[in-house]
Amino acid sequence: MKSKSWLKAGLFAALATAAFAATPARAQGSLVMYCGVQEEWCRAMSNAFEKETGIKVAMTRKSAGEIYAQLKAEASNPRGDIWWGGTGDPHLQAAEEGLTLEYESPKNKELHSWALDQWKAAKHRSVGIYAGALGFGFNTEQIKAKGIPEPKCWADLLNPKLKDDVQVADPNSSGTAYNLLATVVQLMGEEKGFDYLKALHKNISQYTKSGAAPAKAASLGETAVGIVFIHDAVVFAVQGDPIKPVAPCEGTGYEIGSMSIVKGARNLENAKKFYDWALTPAAQALAAPAKSYQVPSNKAAPVPPQSPKMDQMKLINYDFVKYGSSAERNRLLAKWDKEVKALPK
Amino acid sequence: MAPATRLVLLIGWLGYALMPWYLVEGMGLADWGWLAEYPFGKAGSALALVLSGQTPWLAPPGVALAAATLFWGSADRQRTARMLLWAGGLGLLLFFAQAFAIVLKDQGISWLAALLGGAGAAQRGIGGGAFLTLLSLLFLLCHGLAYRGVCRGDLFTVSTIGLIVLLIGVFIFFPVAIILKSALVDQEGAFAPAAFVAAFLDSSIWGLGCVTGNTNCGVAWNTLILAVLCGVVTTLLGLACALLILRTGMPGKRIMRALTVLPIITPPFVIGLALILLFGRAGAVSTLLYEWFDIPRSRWLYGLPGVLLAQVLAFAPIAFLVLIGVVQGISPSLEEASQTLGAKRWQTFRTVTWPLLRPGIANAFLLGFVESMADFGNPLVLAGNFEVLSTKIFFAVVGASYNQGQAAVLAIVLLAFTLGAFWIQQRWLGGKSYTTVTGKGDAGLPTPLPRRVSWLAIAVIVPWVALTLVIYVVIFVGGFVRNMGRDYTPTLQHYLTGFSIDFSHGFYFEGSAWPSFFTTVKVAAISAPLTALIGLLTAYLLTRQRFRGRGALEFATMLSFAIPGTVLGVAYILAFNVPPVEITGTGLILVIAFVFRNMPVGVRSGIAGLSQIDRSLDEASTTLRARSFTTLRRVVLPLLKPALVSALVYSFVRSMTAVSAVIFLVSAEYNLSTAYIVGRVEAGEFGLAIAYSSVLIVFMALGIALIQLGVGERKLGRRKTGAPNTALSGAVADPISQGAAS
Repeated sequence: MKSKSWLKAGLFAALATAAFAATPARAQGSLVMYCGVQEEWCRAMSNAFEKETGIKVAMTRKSAGEIYAQLKAEASNPRGDIWWGGTGDPHLQAAEEGLTLEYESPKNKELHSWALDQWKAAKHRSVGIYAGALGFGFNTEQIKAKGIPEPKCWADLLNPKLKDDVQVADPNSSGTAYNLLATVVQLMGEEKGFDYLKALHKNISQYTKSGAAPAKAASLGETAVGIVFIHDAVVFAVQGDPIKPVAPCEGTGYEIGSMSIVKGARNLENAKKFYDWALTPAAQALAAPAKSYQVPSNKAAPVPPQSPKMDQMKLINYDFVKYGSSAERNRLLAKWDKEVKALPK
Repeated sequence: MAPATRLVLLIGWLGYALMPWYLVEGMGLADWGWLAEYPFGKAGSALALVLSGQTPWLAPPGVALAAATLFWGSADRQRTARMLLWAGGLGLLLFFAQAFAIVLKDQGISWLAALLGGAGAAQRGIGGGAFLTLLSLLFLLCHGLAYRGVCRGDLFTVSTIGLIVLLIGVFIFFPVAIILKSALVDQEGAFAPAAFVAAFLDSSIWGLGCVTGNTNCGVAWNTLILAVLCGVVTTLLGLACALLILRTGMPGKRIMRALTVLPIITPPFVIGLALILLFGRAGAVSTLLYEWFDIPRSRWLYGLPGVLLAQVLAFAPIAFLVLIGVVQGISPSLEEASQTLGAKRWQTFRTVTWPLLRPGIANAFLLGFVESMADFGNPLVLAGNFEVLSTKIFFAVVGASYNQGQAAVLAIVLLAFTLGAFWIQQRWLGGKSYTTVTGKGDAGLPTPLPRRVSWLAIAVIVPWVALTLVIYVVIFVGGFVRNMGRDYTPTLQHYLTGFSIDFSHGFYFEGSAWPSFFTTVKVAAISAPLTALIGLLTAYLLTRQRFRGRGALEFATMLSFAIPGTVLGVAYILAFNVPPVEITGTGLILVIAFVFRNMPVGVRSGIAGLSQIDRSLDEASTTLRARSFTTLRRVVLPLLKPALVSALVYSFVRSMTAVSAVIFLVSAEYNLSTAYIVGRVEAGEFGLAIAYSSVLIVFMALGIALIQLGVGERKLGRRKTGAPNTALSGAVADPISQGAAS
């Protein structure tokens, strides 16, 4: 009888683990949400939706790149239902690869045209939920200490006095930085654009991993200038840190934060419910209290007073179809790796 | 047929005929809707599904069980053995065949699926029923072998070996094989060895730009240089510290010992964060230097120096814990002999003490080397433009250009480094004896250190201890001020954001950190005992039983220690997102990842513990006609309490602090503390990250104390055993030093 008690123990362990394993509850009232913006906003969205509909939301916050990687890894057996937030490029990539689902929301007619451009570019698989312009934030104390005029344009960032004092993320790991790459190429032309990036390389102290990190670094004074989406710099300015957000004078690109339904979503109906709800003015108004100052995509949604004024900026006509495609992206990234990142300082 | 075999059969039938075969979505005890169509439908048992003709490919395991059941009352040992071997072996084979051939639609192995009668069919991941059936078939096979006389006919031993081989195969070899495979195929899935060779030899991995030009070196060199430096520095620090504590009358030894535990229970990147707040360009120390001495602020921290500093702070205690054991193990009598023969202190140190220290130094170095290679958190925070393999693998998977093939190639490079390190360790130290402490009376006193050595050691150690103290002050204070580095207004805001509780209507855990905290505690609490159980069982088999393939099994258990966490994480998500083992997104995958990642330490501490217990005790028990399980439970286990504590503590702590392995595995419902903290760091919310880390540190210290209390001390005779207040550091130290020493 010697084996009995240890078998019992094993059986118990098996049952315990089985019960534990089986809890990814996807009963009628639930929704698995992959959230690509900052935690506070993610929580505000999932809580508000839960309160309003009674549908239980299981939310994970990850960067857009991580979510895209996860969708791809899970493609044969999807686990998420809705992917809300995060820069538009990975959404487009996912759309291109058929990881997400076409959907036309009845709310579409209430949206700004740029939000629908994203929807069209993605062949109806993704829609814009907010927009944010690319720019930079500089640390006012550091710039004053250097005795240089406040930078206002992309060209000002090439000032030799800013050597080793500009930060931007690595475009291989961050959508923000890829947006800079694509913006510069569209603004100046490919050759001139790459010349600019090569010149900028001399002033870059560090290519960070995460797109918003340079804003934090500039607010702390770890760097003088951080190239980020302007709303990321606004967050710290609102807190009272010595950082000033800038929309570059030559014109700049922008991102369209997007939302997609996961193809093969197990709670498809709930995902659609969330999709429609997330496009309402009420849902979009949750951003500002959560310290997110992007411009909402519903025309009727209130624009937070701290938000960068997109209508007063010079925006380029960003070609999301071309620069969102995998082929163009991989070509540009490979070229950047070879011609810019490999350069000596 | 032995009663144990009958029990195995009963379990098999329970799994085959009663329990749901597949993993059922939405299964829970609150809502029984998933059971609606039982015994058919999605929660159906295999027997019902086969009889209704839905899943003919599930018939063979049932037939195998039935065939074995025919011998229920048979007294003919040989015929029963033959039947069990056939039923178990074929049943297992066909079980795996159907599980891998029929998975999702249009995947799997189509010809095999057609052969099994499931052409074009799809099935979900295995659930409780399939799991029990699998176990039962495995044990039938093992019992058959035991009836044949394998392992002296001991059912328990053979079954345990079978179980452990199965678990290691499924949860270590299978995922690693998957990731190796993905290195060899291109994006479309076609076999492309040429692309692999090209990617493997790429200049971004092996480039020598930092030697020949002004660019960065390849990521492999970076990693190697960092790891060697980290190994050397941690070893020197650890040695200096161990010599000071054991061989001098220096005051403050207790504080130093306590300090050595802290870094081990600190979430990995927290030290990096604290360094930024101190030595970053706007850090507190840099600001002071600038304001008082006009030393310009610089960014030296971001890159090799910063990562190295953080890793040394984090891993030097491990080297110390290894080396203190070695220094203690040097018998003073040899040194006394040397002095009696007229040698000076320095000469004795150089010719006697130092040679005896060498194996310990090699071990400490290799541990520092491997830990540095596997480290993910510190490079993530501090590396700047200095790329290392672990972070590069991570960003190959999550970066803007998703490149799983590249991740796999980098993973192979990293794996080769760590396995190489282990191999060298085995080659170098294997077979030599450095034991000088024997059971014989040994009354010598350790020789004090020569003066120059002790001054050197003090000069190294004092600044290091001071730095460690400052770091922990920063970690503690950082959670209570508004914005460390800028605004030192005291606030509880970070703790409230993370850990507030709303009492207005009942008890609502409102803080944003609660869900991940509870999951972490739950996962750690489940995986720690499982790790200890599997580890100690394996250790028992390896030391007390003789069977063929023992060496291979030992190597296999150590393999998962050499696999860096990032690699294991990627491998797990690739291997376990699809049937037959479909567990991503569950809490189970986290538990399993931790169990198999920490198992080697359980094995090591078990082996070390068992080797101290004389075999004559086992033999006495056997002579009194106790079977191996009884011996294990009543004789060996009570004596193994220290090893049990080490295994429990180590896996508990590791489960709470690991980042790299789980960052891909966390999900909406099962998020872990470390993954949450990494997210906060990414978003620049340092205050919350630091506050959360302090909570974890305190919680882990309490947890260790609790484990200590729960398991209790080993009682040898009626003597009182050692002072209890050293138990905390001892519990953490043991598995590490033993892991290194054996």
